[in-house]
Amino acid sequence: MKLGFPLFPDSGSTLAPQVDAIYFFGLLVAAFFSLLIAVSIFFLAFKYRRTPENLVGKREKAGLLLEITWSVIPFGIMLVMFGWGAKVFFTAQRPPENAVEYYVTGKQWMWKFQHPEGRREINTLHVPLGQPIKLIMTSEDVIHSFFVPAFRAKMDVLPGRYTHYWFEATKPGTYRLFCAEYCGAEHSLMGGSIVVLEPREYEAWLAGEPVGGAGLASGADLFKAKACNTCHRPDSNLQGPSLSGIFGAQAELATGGSITVDEDYLRESILDPTEKIVKGYQPLMPTYRGQLSEEELMQLIIYIKSMSEESDSVGPEAAGPRSGRASETAS
Amino acid sequence: MSAEPTGRTHYLNADYGVKSWLLTIDHKRIAILYLISITVFFALGGLMAVLMRLELATPVGDMVQPDTYNRLFTMHGVLMVFFFLLPSIPAVLGNFLLPLMIGAKDLAFPKINLASWYIYSIGGLFTLWSMLHGGVDTGWTFYTPFSTAFSNTYVISTAVGVFITGFSSILTGLNFIVTIHRMRAPGLTWFRLPLFVWAHYATSLVMVLGTPVLAITIFLLGLERLFHIGIFDPALGGDPVLFQPMGWVYSHPAVYILVLPSMGVVSEIVTAFSRKRIFGYKFVAYASVAIAVLGFLVWGHHMFVSSQSPYAGVIFSFLSMLVAVPSAIKVFNWTATLYEGSISWDTPMLYALGFIGLFTIGGLTGVMLATLGIDIHVHDTYFVVAHFHYIMVGGALMGYLGGMHFWWPKITGRMYPIFWSKLSALVIFIGFNLTFLPQFLLGYLGMPRRYHAYPEDFQVLNVMSSAGASILGIGYLIPLVYFIWSMRYGKRAEDNPWDAFGLEWETSSPPPTHNFLETPTVSLEAYDYADREEKRRAAEVSASGAVEPG
Repeated sequence: MKLGFPLFPDSGSTLAPQVDAIYFFGLLVAAFFSLLIAVSIFFLAFKYRRTPENLVGKREKAGLLLEITWSVIPFGIMLVMFGWGAKVFFTAQRPPENAVEYYVTGKQWMWKFQHPEGRREINTLHVPLGQPIKLIMTSEDVIHSFFVPAFRAKMDVLPGRYTHYWFEATKPGTYRLFCAEYCGAEHSLMGGSIVVLEPREYEAWLAGEPVGGAGLASGADLFKAKACNTCHRPDSNLQGPSLSGIFGAQAELATGGSITVDEDYLRESILDPTEKIVKGYQPLMPTYRGQLSEEELMQLIIYIKSMSEESDSVGPEAAGPRSGRASETAS
Repeated sequence: MSAEPTGRTHYLNADYGVKSWLLTIDHKRIAILYLISITVFFALGGLMAVLMRLELATPVGDMVQPDTYNRLFTMHGVLMVFFFLLPSIPAVLGNFLLPLMIGAKDLAFPKINLASWYIYSIGGLFTLWSMLHGGVDTGWTFYTPFSTAFSNTYVISTAVGVFITGFSSILTGLNFIVTIHRMRAPGLTWFRLPLFVWAHYATSLVMVLGTPVLAITIFLLGLERLFHIGIFDPALGGDPVLFQPMGWVYSHPAVYILVLPSMGVVSEIVTAFSRKRIFGYKFVAYASVAIAVLGFLVWGHHMFVSSQSPYAGVIFSFLSMLVAVPSAIKVFNWTATLYEGSISWDTPMLYALGFIGLFTIGGLTGVMLATLGIDIHVHDTYFVVAHFHYIMVGGALMGYLGGMHFWWPKITGRMYPIFWSKLSALVIFIGFNLTFLPQFLLGYLGMPRRYHAYPEDFQVLNVMSSAGASILGIGYLIPLVYFIWSMRYGKRAEDNPWDAFGLEWETSSPPPTHNFLETPTVSLEAYDYADREEKRRAAEVSASGAVEPG
């Protein structure tokens, strides 16, 4: 359609065609029933209009069969939309196993990104084409929402915990990023873009960018600077549990039960260490609340995760086998 | 023409003077007090909408500051939801008509009824005070932690205004429930009640059960903001998302408080202007109750992408879609009522038929939003804005205006000009669709709601929407003018100008202070136009038969 302005958004992810398909089905249902009702109303209201011969309506005929029909048919269509929608939703909620992890911090009113290799960007995120990408997101202040219309999905970004978003871009290009949850004065300017590059171009882009960001210590440095390593030494199990290989594992809790060690548990254990103590340890660790910024916390968690990935050789250069590109950067 | 003998006393001329109005315990006068108050709030809320649409005519945020824009949409939402739509039909038409429809002299608790209006007004004044001091910028949903820890506007005083007004809602609901249970005229069984009464019964249940949750939520919000307790603030160990289910446990049923009474009005109008009993009376009546009950179980559909468990999302998606079934039953039954009716295209009917069309679109796009796979894309975009305006304006407000046109002769004893009123219905219908249809497209394109500035390629659709809003604005001004005009210059209305069925039409227009000179008894089923016609014929025959021999 040549209108000079778009009526339909660009499509840029593997999810987009799935959301579009169910949207079109929904539109079709909505259009069909709206027209059915509109046409029926006009037809009946005209055919049975008041005339001198038709001053009073006829007696109502009971219509149990009709009532059942027009309850069951909408219910059936509803079930289709429900089931189909849930299926697409779970696709959008569950990142594939081979997704590469990127980190996102939202704050009034900007987006900060960190690549698995440590490169950092503000408001623009470069990603390779055809690679599933998982974003681990948090907010420094209020609730934001990460929304890329071309990818047909959004996810709220919350203060105090991590949420996830994943996508696999299917077309190179620059896509709009919006904040979809109202977050204050400059909410409508809290945008940015996702730049999808061919894998080779992405490598070239990475090579041209400096590692790290000014003024932000790496997770390994923080681990030393905050003296985490005095108790959580990778080779010792004295005051605190060793953190090697802990990420993704089940931790037995002192109060009974167990918990999967994920980003949220690590975060809680740094900020509220006595909240969920691992079995066999004393609640000795002081809180680090107020001493670490959201981004520093994220660096620490990324570092602890890397300890898990290569538990025998933990060091600042530890590179996760999960992110193939990371080893390239380190070398 | 049954022109009233001049000098007849009715509720309007029974007494004059400010005191006779401000201290009245007559449900009809209290309804007029509400009518004046909500019209003021509607005008204010409408003015803010006009300013927003003007701002959005260009992609750059150039007309007002971002802070101003954020206050505009917040105050528009607060005023329209809490101070116009919630009281609109129940407190004006419901207040006026419930006792008349069931053959009672007044509501069960006339003084509590007056107290409700005062409580509402005090809440309204708090909110206006906050507005005049600079307003509030959190959005009418008051999401934390923005509202508790970041906004530096008048959050507390606005919230207190809403908190206070909630009590008027609870008292009105309580009053209606007791009245409907205890004060029906002899012979008026539950299944002979007008559907307007059924709808108000269902609405009242939601008001009484839901509003306390709103009060609790606002109370916690205030505590957190004032004393930093750590309920919602993650830095203090709170949960920022906790506010959302608490807010929506009330705020979603509130949507049904808005639309159920409107459905009641439409049931009355469709039968009256088809002169035919409604198709499937019991189905329509129970559908109201079903919608009211389901409304309490769907709050999570506002939180599909909020980090709520995906399994909870699935359950809420299913429950939300279930609402479509009773809603569809209503729409199909109204349409089927037209079959073999005697349909007149009078102004109230135009509004009611407009309601059915717009509510259908609103409902079906609601099913789309309840579909998880669609919501992850359109949540918090203009698609949602368009959808809920189809329900709240296309639905609730069209019903309210239809009801005003239907019962205006009863309320004031005057008729309004027919040509202008039909024109207003048409202008509002066209203006409304032009305003909100483009917003569905904008939403799917990805324009988030509450945006003060937007990318350039969204401009054409936004200009269409703004153009529609100006037409809509004119559409609302027309009735305002001719309603006021009619009170002095309108043709005197007969007691039953539409020849409609129902006890409210059996008393004079305007009704006397105590509604009925003697308590009516009911012997016919609701909307039994066919039987009424037979009785009239029989009476005519016997009358002429009696005359002939003499």
